[in-house]
Amino acid sequence: MKYVDEFRDPELVGSLAAELDAVVSRPVRVMEVCGTHTMSIFRHGLRSLLPEELQLISGPGCPVCVTSAGHVDAFISMAQLDNVIIATFGDLIRVPGTHSSLDRVRADGARVEVVYSPMDGLTLAGSNPDKTVVFLGVGFETTCPGIAATILEASRRRLDNFCVFSAGKIMPPPLRALMQDPELSIDGLLCPGHVSIITGTGAYRFLADEFGISCVVSGFEPTDVLRALIMLVRQINEGRADVENAYSRVVTEEGNKQARAILDTVFELEDTPWRGLGVIARSGFGIREEFAPWDAVKKLDIIVQDVPEPKGCRCGDILKGLCLPPDCPVYGKRCTPLNPIGPCMVSSEGTCAAYYKYTM
Amino acid sequence: MRVLEIIEDPTGLFGAHSAIVDADGISKEVRLDLVDHPPEPGDYLIVHAGFAVNTLSEHEALRNLQLMREMAEGLDGGGGPGA
Repeated sequence: MKYVDEFRDPELVGSLAAELDAVVSRPVRVMEVCGTHTMSIFRHGLRSLLPEELQLISGPGCPVCVTSAGHVDAFISMAQLDNVIIATFGDLIRVPGTHSSLDRVRADGARVEVVYSPMDGLTLAGSNPDKTVVFLGVGFETTCPGIAATILEASRRRLDNFCVFSAGKIMPPPLRALMQDPELSIDGLLCPGHVSIITGTGAYRFLADEFGISCVVSGFEPTDVLRALIMLVRQINEGRADVENAYSRVVTEEGNKQARAILDTVFELEDTPWRGLGVIARSGFGIREEFAPWDAVKKLDIIVQDVPEPKGCRCGDILKGLCLPPDCPVYGKRCTPLNPIGPCMVSSEGTCAAYYKYTM
Repeated sequence: MRVLEIIEDPTGLFGAHSAIVDADGISKEVRLDLVDHPPEPGDYLIVHAGFAVNTLSEHEALRNLQLMREMAEGLDGGGGPGA
């Protein structure tokens, strides 16, 4: 495919890997924030090409993984209500809640439909006028504009049997929280590609200016990741903390203003819980009062409980970059993709799922 | 995904409404609500959950590749901001 194959050229990958090896001269710790980077690094076999002194740790960039156990329980409770159809992205289906999962309640008769786009929820609502369709709004700045546009479309069509449970989140506040965590020690950040399409590279400026962290925005193809790592290590070697863009074919400094305007029309920032990180102020997308008819929390009177994380599971520490999956006592033993305990083992962007699939 | 066709809003109020794109040989419709600049047939879109979120810059894609090749050949001077 054009503009994909060129960035997977094995010869170029080999040369860039050699250059990366040459620039790493001391131990360096880099956090890859985005779950798609985590999966890409494994899928393309890049880990085996990285110099030993370059340590990659994963961050809180998998939207399903950072969804709190309380939110997952609320999703399951809604699925069990009479006359409700849940519309959701597939990754959420098997995430365990306290007592069940969407998958299991579906087997017991609840109606849970996997959709590709939030707009599919409107189609479902149109063809099921006697049911209420609830779309589970899990995602970051890349996904949430589409959810906002779907709410706008529902409002235009005056569709009153569709609503959204918004558990959407933004990336900068958890990154700030992580940088303030004395337990975490990192030299640089591989910043997300798709989130940055919306936010622009300017969203990471505070990390360089306030925390002295070197940042490079990266694409997802193997040559993109290697080039971004080389740029990052060069910054670190030179003692520079800057925000550089290695994905300029789709990411700009200012980002996508139209998508941000739609986000701002429908959502307002509110405090929200993150798995492993607790409640972070103004880090979640809450639905504005004027769109209350499409807000599932208000329409169905949902209360999100504060529930503990699954016993033994260290997803929270993995999302904070404090440990790797093999450090978790249940990883690969009680917790496997077939029988997951934590969300990091379920999601296609989860760090544990990536480790299990490519190293076990 | 390459744009094959632009579909105008049926009410005529909102301009370009969606696009038919070629995704690895399969045609599908994606919404254009979120794009800053309306794409044209032949453009490449970055699509997320059924919505186009940006148009790929072919000029920057070629520049990215050029800079990678220079980096791989040790011709990029070994530092300074990239693009």
